[in-house]
Amino acid sequence: MSLIEIKNLHATVDGNAILKGIDLTIEPGEVHAIMGPNGSGKSTLSYVIAGREGYEVTEGDILFDGKSILEMETDERAIAGIFLAFQYPVEIPGVANTTFLKAAVNARRKAAGEAEVDAMQFLKLLREKTKLLGVTDEMLKRAVNVGFSGGEKKRNEILQMAVLEPRFAVLDETDSGLDIDALRIVADGVNALRGPERSMLVITHYQRLLDYIVPDKVHVLAKGRIVASGGKELAQELESTGYAGYADTEAA
Amino acid sequence: MAMERSYPAVLADRYAELAPTLAHHSVGWLNRLREESAARYRSAGLPTPRVEAWRFTNLKDLVATDFALAQALPPVALDSLPRSSLLAVNGHVLAFVNGKLRADLSTLDDLPAGVTLLPLSEALRREEGILSAHLGRVVETVENPFIDLNTALMEDGIVLSLAEGAVLDKPLHIVSIGVSTQGGDKPVAFFPRLLAVLGKNARATIFESHAGIGDGAYLSAMLSEIRLEEGAHLEHYQLQNEGRAAFHIANAYAQLAAGAVYDHFALQIGSRLSRNEVHAALLGEGARCHMNGAYLGLDKQHLDSTTFIDHAVPGCSSREVYKGVLDGQAHGVFQGKILVRRDAQQTDGHQLNRALLLSRGAEVNAKPELEIYADDVKCSHGATVGELDETQLFYLQARGIDRDSARALLIEAYVQEALDEIGNAEARLPFQRLVGGWLKSRKD
Repeated sequence: MSLIEIKNLHATVDGNAILKGIDLTIEPGEVHAIMGPNGSGKSTLSYVIAGREGYEVTEGDILFDGKSILEMETDERAIAGIFLAFQYPVEIPGVANTTFLKAAVNARRKAAGEAEVDAMQFLKLLREKTKLLGVTDEMLKRAVNVGFSGGEKKRNEILQMAVLEPRFAVLDETDSGLDIDALRIVADGVNALRGPERSMLVITHYQRLLDYIVPDKVHVLAKGRIVASGGKELAQELESTGYAGYADTEAA
Repeated sequence: MAMERSYPAVLADRYAELAPTLAHHSVGWLNRLREESAARYRSAGLPTPRVEAWRFTNLKDLVATDFALAQALPPVALDSLPRSSLLAVNGHVLAFVNGKLRADLSTLDDLPAGVTLLPLSEALRREEGILSAHLGRVVETVENPFIDLNTALMEDGIVLSLAEGAVLDKPLHIVSIGVSTQGGDKPVAFFPRLLAVLGKNARATIFESHAGIGDGAYLSAMLSEIRLEEGAHLEHYQLQNEGRAAFHIANAYAQLAAGAVYDHFALQIGSRLSRNEVHAALLGEGARCHMNGAYLGLDKQHLDSTTFIDHAVPGCSSREVYKGVLDGQAHGVFQGKILVRRDAQQTDGHQLNRALLLSRGAEVNAKPELEIYADDVKCSHGATVGELDETQLFYLQARGIDRDSARALLIEAYVQEALDEIGNAEARLPFQRLVGGWLKSRKD
């Protein structure tokens, strides 16, 4: 069974139609990339998958494991195994990063009928995951994303993904605001999480990220529709031609 | 229809009748002090919202209640009071039920040299000198009917006096429990009094837990007089967790000599209507004051935090952070006045008040007031009122945390920022527990 099936997805934000019929199927273990110009609906797609309030699905469906997720709350989707790495990770003053990660882990354990994670065990688990991403103990102690640099915020997103081990992760412009070294660290972190059971949807404006996270398939999103799909070479093609060729592809 | 500036003086008509039954009425100077206070109170009455300082807190329900002074101890078992409603503090304990000392619940261990710590009733017998020298002095020139009401009708309280350089070895925990009357008896009113005099470079820590048993009305109206001599340091922590039909009107007045430090924190979570006033007069150069607090309101609670910091001389500093969380139809009031007198150059004064509204029915009135007459000062104030941040909620939910838990986490973080202002980590912990309990009891 496909892990994710997006069928004829239409969505509005504040009454404006943004997604206008998206069809996308992702198999377990596959990494797909969605590329597209600004305003094409990339971030809207990520928020619709995560179930953000104000993003209304007017037609179509999203199936996860063959079941519709549209009626599920954001947190229920997360517990089911869907993860969104935010383009702009949110700062939460007063909540320590560790507290936040532990609350997320315990929410999952509670849903699975398991006891809360042991504090020492949890720290051990965290240490393993932080090494690869260069997340320091100091970053764990600080309030979530508060005072983090752009690169630290993105590393923190991938750390959360590593700890929560989702089955489907949407990476929304994870490359934005990163210099080449930071990008490499983040990409290494993501690649380490690739596996036969885990699928990813990498949303990006630039082909650069896809040099490091090499996708199985590439889709081009323009004006709320997928207008082209292909292999990883499609990304390279776009790098030389730009999105100009897709600007007028919207069907009437 | 114009409203008068004063309500009738609750209980005043009964002062003469009750005076002979008050404890210690045989002490002459105290009797005169009481009578003068009673007379002043009787003619002034209680303020209506026409009085600027009481614009946001209306005492009409208090005035409409027919109170009696507490008589014999009520037949309610004290173990019906959950320990979790008090601050968990290890130290000397002076406990009062409806304003009357409960020796069986109090523990005054051996005291270090230079420390006098007694119930007021006993101090009148053994240390009358301290009382006649200090009682009423800190509030002598202050106009506030609740000062007079307390002086007229106080029955017992706490006297803490430290000689020069003395250190109170353990915190003093003042426990005041209000037990509401049952059946047809009138609701009780009681007026605990604290007198704390710290000599030069003396140090002490005081915790207060105000809690209630039963779901009826009562009035708890404590007055604290605090005198800190040069270099003295007092940490003063208050928990207002009165019964949910109770009235709590507390006033604390502190005077600081040069280099003295007054560290204050108040948490208000109980009562139906409360007003917690804290006043600090910085009278000697280099005096420092931290005046912080939090108020967490539910249902129809009315929680008023009113503070006044008086910078009277040069080179003093004050820092004030108050945070409120209001749910249901709760009403919060924060009034924070900072006065910087003409001579008080190089004053460093900061005030921040933030309130978080969790429901549409909740309301807050914030009145920061900076009155500055000196020209070389560093003063700032900020006030914000807001709701929980939807973006933060979405972020937490996107990690699997359900909405109620996410709200609780954000509210806790919000209050935590106020608790972080308590410099002493050991003092922070008991408040953290209370806040945690409040968050758990709150329903979304």
